[in-house]
Amino acid sequence: MSDAFDNFLPGGKANVETTVLGADEIILNMGPQHPSTHGVLRVKLRLDGEKVVGSECVIGYLHRGVEKIAEHRSYQQFAPYVDRMDYVAAVSNGLGYCEAVEKLMGVEAPPRARVIRTILTELQRIASHLFWLGTHALDIGALTPLFYCLREREEILKIFEKYCGARLTTHAFRIGGLQYEAYDELEKDTERFCRGFDKRVDEYEALLTENRIWVGRTKGIGILNAADAIAMGVTGPVLRASGVQWDIRKAMPYAAYDQYEFSIPTGKNGDTYDRYLVRLEEMRQSRKICLQAIENIPSGPILGKVGKVLKPPPGEVYHAIEAPKGELGYYIVSDGTTQPYRVRIRPPSLVNLEALDQMIRGHLVADVVAVIGTLDIVLGEVDR
Amino acid sequence: MTDSEEKQPTRPPQADKPGETPAAPSGAAPEKPQAGGEEKPAAPAPPAPAKPATPAAPAASGAVPPKPPAPGAPAAAKPAGPPPPPKEPPLKPAPLENDLVKRYKARFGGAILEAWLDRKQAILVTTPDRLLEIAQYTRDEEKFDYLVDLTAVDWPKREKRFDLVLILYSFPKNERLRIKVLLADGEPVSSVESVWPTANWLEREIYDMFGIVFEGHSNLKRLLLPEEWQGYPLRKDYDILQQDEDWIRENLGIESGQ
Repeated sequence: MSDAFDNFLPGGKANVETTVLGADEIILNMGPQHPSTHGVLRVKLRLDGEKVVGSECVIGYLHRGVEKIAEHRSYQQFAPYVDRMDYVAAVSNGLGYCEAVEKLMGVEAPPRARVIRTILTELQRIASHLFWLGTHALDIGALTPLFYCLREREEILKIFEKYCGARLTTHAFRIGGLQYEAYDELEKDTERFCRGFDKRVDEYEALLTENRIWVGRTKGIGILNAADAIAMGVTGPVLRASGVQWDIRKAMPYAAYDQYEFSIPTGKNGDTYDRYLVRLEEMRQSRKICLQAIENIPSGPILGKVGKVLKPPPGEVYHAIEAPKGELGYYIVSDGTTQPYRVRIRPPSLVNLEALDQMIRGHLVADVVAVIGTLDIVLGEVDR
Repeated sequence: MTDSEEKQPTRPPQADKPGETPAAPSGAAPEKPQAGGEEKPAAPAPPAPAKPATPAAPAASGAVPPKPPAPGAPAAAKPAGPPPPPKEPPLKPAPLENDLVKRYKARFGGAILEAWLDRKQAILVTTPDRLLEIAQYTRDEEKFDYLVDLTAVDWPKREKRFDLVLILYSFPKNERLRIKVLLADGEPVSSVESVWPTANWLEREIYDMFGIVFEGHSNLKRLLLPEEWQGYPLRKDYDILQQDEDWIRENLGIESGQ
């Protein structure tokens, strides 16, 4: 590797390129082993004093070739792999994949399965946002929210564990529906969590929303306006904080979302503070969806009519869901055999991360940490 | 959706441009059965393909010859009333001939090779030579302002080996559209980065995984793999256990990464 930064490394070659940049600019390396990069992200920053004038992301440290693996596994065998992309929101990944294959096959999950899927996916959204809030606040210097957030997340993970035996890489859903029937107390556990959760969000807000340091560190930082957000293809809370009221759950409903009432929070300024407010409100809305869903879980089968060997007819499908981080899309091409011909995963984190350069220009190094946190990336999904 | 429409300062309403006039008279009614009406909550199911027997085999069966869709298709594109409840979902790709396709064909003629509907999702097949023009038109006139994804599929037995796939979404219309570009190995294709900036990384990933070269890309280098890596892993002739042995020996100091 012969980029400008590597010449700074001990034993590096003569420092040729940096002199070209001029005396005022230096190149600073961040990551890949850095606590605030949320994984193995490496960012090369071009600095003028402490101001960022340019940056470049170096990714791929966690690249496992998931899309290649998919071509060598049957449709069912590949399902657990998708849990390992966004490993803090495995349930959402699984939902997207299962629904995409169902669409490719022309089958639908039964109503009961769809409602249970919706409940678990919304709990997962809360868990993912909680983890984001805790670590994002920690990056900026607020230590306390992390403990509160992980305490609540633990309750959700316990529900997952009771449901399918796993906490993180759950593989909770199957193509065509569910493998496991809901355990007896799923509704009660979900309700207990949801009833108490609203007050918990108030607690986070009490800690942060009007905290002067928090406001100072996030307001006006990493602004992305609506036009740029659309041009850069960002999705999820990042897009909504820029004022675009778009959520796939509403625009193209899947699972059982068309049955429930919820609103899509949006921000005005598209800065880090607005993204924080949008995600907090999203947690409240997810709680609302869960409460509506547990009131009426239809009875009936949990697995649709799918054979043990899946052979979707030749053709292709693109199916996207609103994952906690944005639009998670699966583009699957079938050639009529038991293995997918091609699986392309459209990861929200990758595309959102692409906007980082634009968002941090002109800010200070310390703000880079805030902006990486606010994008809510997971490197397992960026690199796949 | 009106909300999102209002908040897009870069896209002033251009409906009264001369280029759009042919579509204007029929604009209101066929809005629903237009391309990519998939998953619309309220919309009726897109045109049920009345003649599913059309032999418009998709990319799956080798070479895709540049043939116009069957002449009988236009009737299928405009259902008279509410379509009958689809007992069997249209899994077979069917040719698509609606206003959107007609507009593209009128404008780009031979560059639009085919159009079909697969699992209710609209696909437009084009040649690479006018891709940039088509992209510009798609964003500005057809309002597909969001490039969801850009990817490729390798069909090694085909004469034109690659499908370059642009998955698009329109915020004003709440529709998806897929544009497929047929590419031979080594055939250059223009980058759409100038139209949708998000294509920057996505094209780098395609270059990385398939070796497709994008002309006019601002920074075309590998995205995920190391810069010096040899080979393109997502090509079908790259074995799943294959790796760049030389790179691994040199950089990791081990014989094999497996």
